Amino acid sequence: MKLKLFSYDQLDTFVHRLSGLSKLVCFMLLTSAVMLTYDIRVILGILLLSYIMIMIAKIRFSQIKLMLIYVAAFLIFNFFLTYVFAPEYGCKIYGTKHVLFTFGGPYTVTLEQLFYQITKLLKYLSVIPLGMIFVLTTNPSEFASSLNSIGVSYRICTALALTLRYFPDVADDYNTISLAQQARGLELSSKAKMMDRLKRTAGILVPLIMTTMDRIDIISNAMDLRSFGKYKKRTWYAARPLKKEDWLAMGVSLLALLISLYVRFFINHSLFYNPFV
Amino acid sequence: MNTKFSTKTIVATGLGAAVFLVLFMYVKIPSPVPETNLQIAYGVSSFFATVFGPLAGFLVAFVGHALNDFISYGSPWWSWVFASGTSALVTGLCASKVAPKVEAGEFGKSEMIYFAIYAVIGNALAWLLVAPVLDILMYAEPVSTVFLQGITAFIIDAIVSVVVGGILLKAYASTKVQQGSLSKE
Repeated sequence: MKLKLFSYDQLDTFVHRLSGLSKLVCFMLLTSAVMLTYDIRVILGILLLSYIMIMIAKIRFSQIKLMLIYVAAFLIFNFFLTYVFAPEYGCKIYGTKHVLFTFGGPYTVTLEQLFYQITKLLKYLSVIPLGMIFVLTTNPSEFASSLNSIGVSYRICTALALTLRYFPDVADDYNTISLAQQARGLELSSKAKMMDRLKRTAGILVPLIMTTMDRIDIISNAMDLRSFGKYKKRTWYAARPLKKEDWLAMGVSLLALLISLYVRFFINHSLFYNPFV
Repeated sequence: MNTKFSTKTIVATGLGAAVFLVLFMYVKIPSPVPETNLQIAYGVSSFFATVFGPLAGFLVAFVGHALNDFISYGSPWWSWVFASGTSALVTGLCASKVAPKVEAGEFGKSEMIYFAIYAVIGNALAWLLVAPVLDILMYAEPVSTVFLQGITAFIIDAIVSVVVGGILLKAYASTKVQQGSLSKE
């Protein structure tokens, strides 16, 4: 079981030097820019930007290999599912029909469908590196403080900080309990029936939840003793002041969002970019 | 909010999300339907929602699911992350009735039924309404695919929420001392 949450590296690059707050803001601005458009030109632009950022942040291939495998599997599955269930969706969007070839029956491959699905694929491909950059270059402790500085209640941020901090412990506990139960002969492999496995896994959960409940008591007592929650605001040890680079990065991201909105409302006059008319 | 969202609830939310995340990432039981898994984690979110209330439940599922997506895909699939949160949020609405009973060591048939009804409604809202609608609005996915995925997710997650959540609530209630369990001899 891999216990490391983020393979965060302490490096000294432009991206690492940005504060957690500005990385979070950039991440949100750029993902909204991609989400609000279906124009392949805007998407390609952001895709290029995010791959340049990956180069600048010196993210190694080994760090993102596993992610890429999951993503590829998901995207391929989504690609085929979309085609099988909505083979004419592209024609409906773009209003024209250029048939390339037929598989027989209702399954024709049209230029519109291909264009729609490729745009969609690129759309996901351009968002994913943004998240990877954010996760791999932000110190987990800084993550909570940056959420707090964009206005999320510090109580919720503390909860998130606790999640990140206790994830490895909980994973350890789960592993120990599961192995102990299997040593006593609890069948959890695919040999058991689905309902049995569900019930038996729930059986592992019971001790896990009980330990967690005990831990919740201990931690919340410790926090109460230190007067947590007395004031309306809290300061964060990991917070960093904003520098010139931070404003630059946020400015570029905001510009990307504005371009995406401009193209949508003033050039295409719709969500989709239509090269077919 | 200050009185409701106590330190204990905050800590429970944080650790609950950690448990949710661990289970979501590592524990998947393949179901008879291909390409879908039973996510035990939804039992945990419905448990935390019932014991600690709707907001805690929402955050457990929302944060857990979002972090899982961050770690395994790099970027969250927001529509389904929201749907996960919604399912726990609605389940948590039964907390005002069920939680005091559970804390007093009682989890009988009537509480189970009450909990199950909320869990099923929560999952129905999340997977039949929130997830497909957000998929269409945010990602412009074709209608037929999202509803097919939604129905599968609803059936599976409702079963997991009720069965696993029920087992956990029953076990947790039995660790609490029942009122009037001591009698004078």
